Amino acid sequence: MREVRISLVGYGVVGHGVVDVISRKRKMLRELGLDLKLVSITDHTGTLVEEDGISGEKVLGHRTLQEIANSEMSAKETIRSVNSELVVEVTPTNIVHGQPGLGHMEEALASGKHVVTSNKGPLVVAYNKLKRLADDNGVMLKFEATVGGTMPLINLIERTLVGNTILGIRGIFNGTCNYILTRMADEQYPFSRALAEAQELGYAEADPTYDIEGVDTAAKIVILANAIFNMNVKYNDVQVRGITEITPEALALAKKHGYVIKLIGEVPALTVRPMLVPIRSPLAVGSTLNAAAIYTDLSGTITVTGLGAGGVETAAAILSDIVSIYRTKRVDAIF
Amino acid sequence: MRLSMELELQDVPGQLLLALQPIRDARGNIISVVHHRDRKTPRGTVPVRLIVEMDRSKLEGVKRDLEKSGIVVVRAGEERFIEEVSVILVGHVLDSDLGDTVSRIDSTGYAEVMDLSLSMPGVDEPSSAYMKIRATGKEEMQRALKILREVGAQKKLLVIEPVEDDL
Repeated sequence: MREVRISLVGYGVVGHGVVDVISRKRKMLRELGLDLKLVSITDHTGTLVEEDGISGEKVLGHRTLQEIANSEMSAKETIRSVNSELVVEVTPTNIVHGQPGLGHMEEALASGKHVVTSNKGPLVVAYNKLKRLADDNGVMLKFEATVGGTMPLINLIERTLVGNTILGIRGIFNGTCNYILTRMADEQYPFSRALAEAQELGYAEADPTYDIEGVDTAAKIVILANAIFNMNVKYNDVQVRGITEITPEALALAKKHGYVIKLIGEVPALTVRPMLVPIRSPLAVGSTLNAAAIYTDLSGTITVTGLGAGGVETAAAILSDIVSIYRTKRVDAIF
Repeated sequence: MRLSMELELQDVPGQLLLALQPIRDARGNIISVVHHRDRKTPRGTVPVRLIVEMDRSKLEGVKRDLEKSGIVVVRAGEERFIEEVSVILVGHVLDSDLGDTVSRIDSTGYAEVMDLSLSMPGVDEPSSAYMKIRATGKEEMQRALKILREVGAQKKLLVIEPVEDDL
């Protein structure tokens, strides 16, 4: 049995999902030969450290760590001093300066700890720097959950489609926008009403700017461009137009002629803009779904679809990254 | 009558002028010339597509003259629109002179707006227009869409283009 000691940084929706999924899947993971032990959790209120492992039951009922924290260590101090080998970084994203996640990731990688994250900001701001830091320290930086939530994309390209040259990726990478556009098309709602509904259902943030202005999609395009296409681009290199100008009339006209309107991100074109998608296209998914078409030289076009957000769904992508770090030798290393 | 011609030119200077001379001699009005430099043939020649306003009866003579100059005439005949694309415009489509928007495409000679429908919810609200554009080839379509994007930027219209099947 391989014991893996994990520090979790960030205890919001995704952080809860991570704790939940690790406890729920304990038996299955042990059958794989992995004993994932959560030895610390840090949020903005404090840190909980338990050398023998934190049980999900103890913490899942608490929205923050305020009442159960047993240390005042900051996230960086925790990463430095707690005996762990992997850091799961799930603090809120900031695509301007990448903090606080960027600092956490640098600290972890420099200390020789693997990093698994759903936090886009640090990767948008400093992907190449972080990748180099990981390589120099002989550890891994895994970020499947940053792009497309639970929809497999990066691992699919790097592992399953290995041998192909990836010509491009085009898709729907924001569930909030997709929900709004779907409701506007189905119900002829104006934008404001569809947005209000998405907020009521928890699909959109109180400040939905990142989603509806296309910022979130553009961040994902930057990550794909840097990670899959080695492009070394920044957020400002992406041409971005969001969905706020879309009207129910435009959606009705599109429908009448066999199309839906979707917010589409494209790489290596580096564009995010509303586009007409034929109703029968595999990209024409509704509700909060994400979808991505991967254009390859050998396998043709592969389209994947899946839930783009949600605590447990995102945590599933994080778990898959964690397992992939440790199963390397058993499953697909080249001997 | 509007005619289109597909020629193959040697990749040496002066070939295009040589190709245009017989058309001028026949008093043809050249509407557009598209050089497909990126699609060189295995023989090393460069495909060129011309759109010409000319009396059809003069076509055979022009073809003969071109071939005499060593230019390969792959196809010549009535102009055919072979590419079609749907586009939706959102904004003050009508107030920003829809007629002008359409004629910016139509006046290219290689593309035209063939279908147009409008949806106007209220006086001060943004309206939406669906248009189908057709063009004589893929490259011409890309040019027409580029013009439409520029017009959209000038007139503050959102131009929603279709995703293509391939990249």
